[in-house]
Amino acid sequence: MPVAQLASSGVSNDGNKTFVFQGEGHTLGNALRCIISNYSDVQFCGYSVPHPAENKMHVRIQMYNGKAIDALKRGLEDLVKVCDITLEKFDEEFNTFKSKRES
Amino acid sequence: MDTLHDEKHRIILNEHKIVNNNSTSPTVLDDKFDIKKFRKIFRVVIVRHENYEMEFDLIGLHPFLANTFRRLILSDVPSMAIEKVHILNNTSIIQDEILAHRLGLIPLKADPRLFEYKSNWSAAANEKDTLEFELKIKCSNNKDSSKKESSRAEDIYKNTNVYSKHIKWIPTGNQKSKFKESDVGPIHPDILIAKMRPGHELDLKLVAVKSNGRDHAKFSPVATAFYRLLPDIKIVKPVEDEAAYRLQKCFSPSVITIRTQNNKKIAVVKDSRYDTSSRNVFKYDDLKDSVVMSKIQDHFIFTIESVGAMQPEVIFKEAVTILKDKCLSLLAELNS
Repeated sequence: MPVAQLASSGVSNDGNKTFVFQGEGHTLGNALRCIISNYSDVQFCGYSVPHPAENKMHVRIQMYNGKAIDALKRGLEDLVKVCDITLEKFDEEFNTFKSKRES
Repeated sequence: MDTLHDEKHRIILNEHKIVNNNSTSPTVLDDKFDIKKFRKIFRVVIVRHENYEMEFDLIGLHPFLANTFRRLILSDVPSMAIEKVHILNNTSIIQDEILAHRLGLIPLKADPRLFEYKSNWSAAANEKDTLEFELKIKCSNNKDSSKKESSRAEDIYKNTNVYSKHIKWIPTGNQKSKFKESDVGPIHPDILIAKMRPGHELDLKLVAVKSNGRDHAKFSPVATAFYRLLPDIKIVKPVEDEAAYRLQKCFSPSVITIRTQNNKKIAVVKDSRYDTSSRNVFKYDDLKDSVVMSKIQDHFIFTIESVGAMQPEVIFKEAVTILKDKCLSLLAELNS
């Protein structure tokens, strides 16, 4: 199971949670943190890799209101959208670049 | 420095410090991340595309995304490399473990998209996740009399240099019908693996698998992938004659050109893109106030140098797709 909720670390309720990602690192951690901490209902979002020898990454989300898990889901959804837009624009530009070079 | 108060968000490189300018309009950097806005302002411009090297601009992007893509390219996009070496015989002077390490670093042409990750090492080799090679070579005296006089090792001995071209592919299962040797073998035929003398012999079986750069750097599909910010240089006070040539020398070649105007040589910025942003101008007291060096903060120049198994544009798209799939599978798990 790649995602779990950290059982014992400070306040943990629906609005304030630490999620543990198995097998993830700074690549996903920082991307998620940057997106989620921008949401207006999020009070705090941070990530850490607690130990380099453990293949784990923690994401802490604290909300003004609402559930932490919803912010996490929204963050993942937004990241998917970013990927889609990037792929779309890259493909478009690459095709015009190729056809320009061939002509 | 009013000339710099334009629409672009830039940082200004001073002699000893970096300062932000007050851009007149907000950019991606100062407001909240918003998908709709991202779609509107994000642009890709491809600048250069040679065989295995590509340079393109990602404009209107948060730095965290640029870095995420770079990290994905380096350590998450998979490639094939030799992982296990069965040493049946090695009488050369190079030690087994060093030989195995050298072999592992040889880039292979095999397209990793056509293979699967090997999940179980104890299971028998599978045509979908393994490529097998053989390196069987023996050094001997060269009987060719025409080379008797020579003192070069290559002439006196046969097979004194072992190159990557001596690696032979052994197809398993249906691989023979799917691939050609040139599709899967070493990309470069002339990588020196070992040097031998008569009587030395190598007999190795090589097993290549798919993995990613996080596992070992040999699985990274790129030689390098990096980004930098677009540099911008502005001449704010006219620089003439001798000073103009001095100014030209302060920057990378082709950044500054000299134009003749009213019988005077005037320095003009031609293209600041390839400037290294060295701050040589600040050596000269008379020049340092006539130039403003800056960097555009949301304009990333990406360079991808592929090792050769995949085209650089494919590597970039793979990286983005990997991130997308990762998020989708995490979402599926959270929703279940």
